[in-house]
Amino acid sequence: MGPTTTFPYLTTLVLLPAGAAVACAVMPRSMGERAQRRAVLAVGTLAMVAALALAVTIAVEFRVGDGGYQMQSVHQWMPQLGVSWHLGVDGISLFLLLMAAVLFPLALLGATVRQKSRSYVVWLLVLEAACMGSFVSLDLILFFVFFELTLVPVYFIIVGWGSGRRAYAAVKFFLYTFLGSAFLLVGIVAVAVIHDQQTGHLTFDLVALQSTHLGLASQILLFLAFTAAFAVKAPIFPFHTWSPDAYSSSPTGGAVILAAVMAKLGTYGVIRFDLTLFPRAVVDLAPVLLTLGVIGILYGAIVACAQRDLKRLVAYSSLAHIGFIVLGTFALSTEAVTGGVLQMVNHGLVTAALFLLIGWIWDRRRTWRTDELRGLQRPAPILAAMFTVVMMASIGLPGLNGFVGEFLVLAGTFLTHRWWAVVATTGVVLAAVYLLWAFQRVFHHAPGPEDEHTRDLGWRETAVMVPLVGLIIFLGVYPKPVLDRITPTVTALVHHVDVATGRVQPLVANGGVAAAASTAATAATGGTRAGTAASAPTAACRHHGQSAWVDGRRVVCHVAVTTSTRRLP
Amino acid sequence: MTGPAWLIWALIGLPLGSGTALGVGGRRAERLAAPAGVAAAAATLGLAAAAAVWRPAASAPLFAGVDATFAVDGLSAVMVVTVASVAAAVLVFSVGDIRSGEARSRFFGLMLIFVAAMLVAVTASNLAVLLMGWEAMGATSWALIGFWWRNRSRMEAGATAFVTTRAADVGLYLAAGAAVAGGAGSLRLDALAHLPSPWLGLATAGVIAAALGKSAQLPFSFWLSKAMEGPSPVSALLHSATMVAAGGYLLLRLHPLLWASGWGQPVVAWAGAATAVVLGLVAVAQADLKQLLAASTCAQIGFIVLAAGAGGVAAGTAQLVAHAATKSLLFLAAGAWLAALGTKQLDALAGAARRYRLVGAAFTAGALALAGLPPLSLWATKDAVLSSALARQPALYAAGLAGAVISALYSIRAARLVWLPLAPGASAGYDTERAGTRRVEGWMQGPLVVLAAAAVGLGVYALPEVSNVFDNVIAGPGAGRPAGWELGLSAGLALVAAGATWRWVTRLRVPAALGAAGWAWLGLEAAAALLVVRPLLRAASGLARFDDVVVDGAVRGVAGGALAAARLGARLGEVGVDDVVGAVAGGARRLGGLARRPQTGQLHQYYAQAAVALAVLVAIVVAVR
Repeated sequence: MGPTTTFPYLTTLVLLPAGAAVACAVMPRSMGERAQRRAVLAVGTLAMVAALALAVTIAVEFRVGDGGYQMQSVHQWMPQLGVSWHLGVDGISLFLLLMAAVLFPLALLGATVRQKSRSYVVWLLVLEAACMGSFVSLDLILFFVFFELTLVPVYFIIVGWGSGRRAYAAVKFFLYTFLGSAFLLVGIVAVAVIHDQQTGHLTFDLVALQSTHLGLASQILLFLAFTAAFAVKAPIFPFHTWSPDAYSSSPTGGAVILAAVMAKLGTYGVIRFDLTLFPRAVVDLAPVLLTLGVIGILYGAIVACAQRDLKRLVAYSSLAHIGFIVLGTFALSTEAVTGGVLQMVNHGLVTAALFLLIGWIWDRRRTWRTDELRGLQRPAPILAAMFTVVMMASIGLPGLNGFVGEFLVLAGTFLTHRWWAVVATTGVVLAAVYLLWAFQRVFHHAPGPEDEHTRDLGWRETAVMVPLVGLIIFLGVYPKPVLDRITPTVTALVHHVDVATGRVQPLVANGGVAAAASTAATAATGGTRAGTAASAPTAACRHHGQSAWVDGRRVVCHVAVTTSTRRLP
Repeated sequence: MTGPAWLIWALIGLPLGSGTALGVGGRRAERLAAPAGVAAAAATLGLAAAAAVWRPAASAPLFAGVDATFAVDGLSAVMVVTVASVAAAVLVFSVGDIRSGEARSRFFGLMLIFVAAMLVAVTASNLAVLLMGWEAMGATSWALIGFWWRNRSRMEAGATAFVTTRAADVGLYLAAGAAVAGGAGSLRLDALAHLPSPWLGLATAGVIAAALGKSAQLPFSFWLSKAMEGPSPVSALLHSATMVAAGGYLLLRLHPLLWASGWGQPVVAWAGAATAVVLGLVAVAQADLKQLLAASTCAQIGFIVLAAGAGGVAAGTAQLVAHAATKSLLFLAAGAWLAALGTKQLDALAGAARRYRLVGAAFTAGALALAGLPPLSLWATKDAVLSSALARQPALYAAGLAGAVISALYSIRAARLVWLPLAPGASAGYDTERAGTRRVEGWMQGPLVVLAAAAVGLGVYALPEVSNVFDNVIAGPGAGRPAGWELGLSAGLALVAAGATWRWVTRLRVPAALGAAGWAWLGLEAAAALLVVRPLLRAASGLARFDDVVVDGAVRGVAGGALAAARLGARLGEVGVDDVVGAVAGGARRLGGLARRPQTGQLHQYYAQAAVALAVLVAIVVAVR
């Protein structure tokens, strides 16, 4: 077990929104409709902002260069069943936490609902608690509970505040993801039982289960069971058809959270659990998943070209972006996985911004159809400007966040699976096509009589967009602080996969992953900018991690032992 | 010796920062936009000159294993000064052309951001950074070409430019991937030529595709034709010294890669030569002045590409500089007429030079230079390019020479038409494209004079003393030094072609077939629409239906199947379940009756029962242990 911090940051982060939800739920009706509405909104906002502050504190306290779990809190929960309250954060979950913490208050403030706002806020708070819990759980049952808990609020949000065929969409979403989860539960129990048989110790703790010995066949079966749940949640092609319905029937706030945060539970689950528990199956089945990712990239982009409904368009473009994340994850090189993790954050920010903007168009015009809107740039220049920036980020324009993630994913995939990378690269163009077409239909040309009087963004909506656009630009211009925190964890994870599968000759002769990561951190403090670039292998070691590529050789940094190997094709 | 790193940051940061500020300022910055834009462009020019002298280099961490590195070497020094000079001239012109109330802050802001992107591309010494500048240029060009966004065709022109160049940019992504896979993980440009075998080819192909796309070479030329829908200053900046020139620059910069690949050089050289000839013919057929200039841009950039393929780096760079000055001048002059007379149709512009003599004189200087007449700039530089082609392959030289003669045809044709005597009913053709102001402002005239001086004066490149110094600055291989007969031959051919055109242009008609093909730019866009866009649309609607019917249909089918199974189960099973429940209940009742039987109320029977139970328990415990 790693060091436990004095203040239980993570537990607080999970319980804070949950507590606020309870507070809102028990708020007396006697105080009057308006007063209750205001109070609920105030409590909700306050709790979400407090959670954001807490998440920022966690990011500040986070030790750079440490690839392991930090700020762990371990408590007994159901010792007879081997279930514990084990939370921890590492480089993979840190920015997902932050992203979720940023998006929840913006979703609440950016898309208010007209009626039954108390239950709406309560459900959003429950959802935040569940999402946070999923991202920090290191106990499989605990994760499963949070993972399943997310379904309930979303179901009620779609049914209660949605539009169109909301009941159909909600049931489809619920059943589809629930079906996937059934496989996950079976998988989780199976892993724990196998571990129990081997060690006589029943536990669902991820760190303990990591050492379970699994044959290739059982790894593949368990991998498929886990991945079924994650593939539906993400969604990965061909399990995506619930998403256009669910996104377009959700209210704006629900769509934001559903697409931006909850979709990441799927891709996060793959990285956190599949790569950790079933490395051999991951390597064996990587070509299948890579292919699904590449199909998702192209298929999502092409189908998006045919959409006339902005929300469905974003749904299919999400499929393409998730494809990049899948590609990065299963390319299994440090660069690609890092890019994949970053891409999760990028996609969250961009999709949230897009859904908010589209929601505001709906508020004004009651339509999402591109053929019923035109020339909006004239009456609403701020809306158009914000949309342009977000669209360019989604296209992957350099200087904005989408580029960094995509570039790292593609470059990293070239290292290990070149042909998939070559095909995926063409997806870069298609994104430009469908978004530009849609943008031009909606914003350009002379506005029609109805379009003429479309209200521009108000100060409140602008205030919601500014942090998102700021983050989109910041991550595009200066991703280094984020990458510095992601990379050590990813390096350790990729190393874990390498060692478990014998994919690469052992990189580090002794000391193990943790030691290597910490030495990389020491090297970082000692001065990273060695003048003579490739002359000494250690000069290539930046504080990003313990390995780097120098002119064709993978150079691994270690204080005493420096081995350089070339990755096997 | 390298100069201070801050100089690079300032050179890029100044236009980027001021451009962003103007763009964000929006309507509030409207009045400030023009002076601030010009001041920023002037300061950028100063910084560019300083950078050319001090040759700074800079680097910053970008992401794992890749640093953002910039360096100004000889080639970059020439490029930054060229880009900044043309940008300054164009922005001064824009003060007169983009009137106040026309979203000036957006215009000047975007232009400055564009310049910053171009400066990033030409100072980058690393493929990732180059790609960043390269793509940012493409996106900004979308916004600039579609500056008048209320007009749908202009916006679509912008989108065509962006999407076409971006499609070619996939090449740069592939090249970057090849570099990473081939072991040049630092993505340094100078490392590309040393990639191992399969990656070298992929990188070369990618770079060539990206460069040909950006430079509107065959077969990508059509986007430049559509891009003429944009404002004149945009054409003057994007389609002379920057965007299209970037492709030529990339090939010049990466000539070691072309050389190392073995096949890259001839491919590039012939692509350039073919474009120089074919697009030259397209230019001859144009009836619209800006379309003529656009086609000639493709053709002239073709010479730069030819130079890169032939290894004449210094000659190609000189051609790039001379063309930048000449073509921006011509676009601005066309823009001045468009602003004053409201037309850019060559027929309607007959006599325009007589009406606005300064514009006419400047335009003529540019046209004569473009025609390759001695002793003007493009004559000198083109001959240097041709000389390097001759050293490579006589056929290349012949093709290039043909291109040179064609350039005399279209430039002199334009020059002659604008000097025709003013017809009495000339004003009937005016104001067809916008409302003309009937005056050319001082803001517009100044840059014309300066650029005309450059277009003429750069002919000094023909002097060996000058070209030697220039070649040393570039420090590239194979500085082509044209022999006397080459200079004489090209000059003679250009003079004959120019004279003949001047004499007979009003009487000669372009053959109809050639005219139609040229006018439509060889149908390249129609071909792209037929081969790429329409299949994409068809695939999109087909896959959308597939998604709905098959993929989602499968899901609905499973759900429906489950539902049907449940109904079936309900019909068959309800009886059974009831029976089971009934049976269980009956069994329980019977058990209850059995359980009642031991309760006799007699104590000795209870003791006996307890003893039996204990014995059974002991037996179980023993058995289990």
